[in-house]
Amino acid sequence: MLKSPLGYGRLQRFDQYHQSGYNYLCDDGDKGVLNLIEFKRVTKTYNNGDVPAVANISLRIGQGEFVFLVGPSGAGKTTLIKLLFREILPSLGQVFFVNRNISTFTEGELLRYRRRIGMVFQDFRLLKQKTVFENVAFALEVLGQSPRKIREKVPIALEKVGLTGKEKAFPSELSGGEAQRVGIARAIAKDPLIILADEPTGNVDRDNSRQIMKLFEKINEGGTTVIIATHAWDLVDRMQKRVIAMNRGHIIRDEQSGGYSTEY
Amino acid sequence: MEVIALNINSLRYCLRQSFVSIFRNFWLVLVTAGIIAVSLSIFGGFLLIAVNMEQIIRNIESNVEISVFLYDDADVKEIQFKLDKIKDVKNYIFIPKEQGLEDFRKSVNNRIPLEGLSGENNPLPDLFRIRATRTEVVPSLAREIQGFPGVELVDYGEKMINILNRITGWLSTVFLVMSTLLALGAMFLIITTIRLSVLSRQEEIRIMKYLGASNSFIRFPFIFEGMVIGWIGTLSATAVIGFVYYRFVSSLQQEALAFFVQPVTNMEILIPIFTGLLVIGTLLGGLGSIVSIHRHLRV
Repeated sequence: MLKSPLGYGRLQRFDQYHQSGYNYLCDDGDKGVLNLIEFKRVTKTYNNGDVPAVANISLRIGQGEFVFLVGPSGAGKTTLIKLLFREILPSLGQVFFVNRNISTFTEGELLRYRRRIGMVFQDFRLLKQKTVFENVAFALEVLGQSPRKIREKVPIALEKVGLTGKEKAFPSELSGGEAQRVGIARAIAKDPLIILADEPTGNVDRDNSRQIMKLFEKINEGGTTVIIATHAWDLVDRMQKRVIAMNRGHIIRDEQSGGYSTEY
Repeated sequence: MEVIALNINSLRYCLRQSFVSIFRNFWLVLVTAGIIAVSLSIFGGFLLIAVNMEQIIRNIESNVEISVFLYDDADVKEIQFKLDKIKDVKNYIFIPKEQGLEDFRKSVNNRIPLEGLSGENNPLPDLFRIRATRTEVVPSLAREIQGFPGVELVDYGEKMINILNRITGWLSTVFLVMSTLLALGAMFLIITTIRLSVLSRQEEIRIMKYLGASNSFIRFPFIFEGMVIGWIGTLSATAVIGFVYYRFVSSLQQEALAFFVQPVTNMEILIPIFTGLLVIGTLLGGLGSIVSIHRHLRV
């Protein structure tokens, strides 16, 4: 078990430790990276199918890791992300966040948990009637942050993704790459612990895809755990990060500094 | 249960969203508020009529005299003696049948020939007119006097009061049914308005969930929107019935009728009616929104 003093209210205290650069002890006693996420024999079967979308999956993701989830369509990558966000609950097994089963979270805890996760989508999911600034600010308004804080944080997030000067543009006036960078700015504006990205380069050309991945890498260097489900094999090969390859709901490969590989 | 409370910034944001939504569905909001205004105007009008009827009945009751008609062989002195001993009797006068005939003659301005009815031919009975100390003791006092020997009939305008009570009861039923039907119509419109708001913000709601918005944060703007619609309707209703009632009172005070019918102008009675309407309108709007988001908003 985790030896750190993370008991009651661990999510909040975890944030404090995270900010102070505290080194955690992993489950296995290794000093270094905190065991942030853990799937224990997780199976998810949807109501309309007999075949599980993910089947008996066990994995651990440490704090500050950069992980690619790869595999063909229907491999179970999106289901894994949905389980992690607790958009759906496992049919069997448990998903842990800092050693707490997320299925047992109260509504308040779930809310706080989700607020520490930044989601990035393939279709960007920007609000068309809002400007770039307003879209990013929206993430902070939802969290009840003050207008003063919002005015401070949004330009910083936009600067990080290289969109300074585009504050007043509407999503319809942006390229795919720019729109996705707004999506990333929105995700990082709330200083998340984890970035979950589902096919973030799916609607973006190759050059922009590369820039977006660089952006994720930069975010990861700041200590944020980044988990990306992707088909962008060339980028996965190039970046040499941890790769979890899935097929038909099973993990078939979990490799540190791996490549995409098409052998499923 | 939702445990995350809205802070002041969230509240500000929610209020802004509510007003944006109201302007987006402006015409529908106007129609819905209009229906609420009509239903509450009818309801408020009924309340005003009810309090005025109550006042009229109370006026009549406070002027009630008990008329005690005697048999020809009644012992008037004994009855007087008994009346003196009843503490609920404030005062009384005795009207012998001769005076009764004279009074009747005056009241019809001599238009009806009454010659030959004096003396033994006088068909009128001797009469006591009694005033009670309090209105509420009139029925029991009348029953007690009815039991005196020599008393033929006791009357205190019970029928008139009963008729007024029956009219008030009937009016209450009609007004309540009409108000309820209109309120249900208004509720249905609120549900539809909020549903349209929910549908137009579906994508925003989905994104809000991913950004970590609490359920109350998502729901509150819709509930507030419904309440504002309720307020608009109620304020319109209050303005309309307030104006109409003011005109009615002013015109009545210039008429001779005002001597008999004195409308309620006491603010201690009127303010609770208008406040009650505001509460009902707000509840109607809020409840309609809650029903709508319960049915159409999946968070």
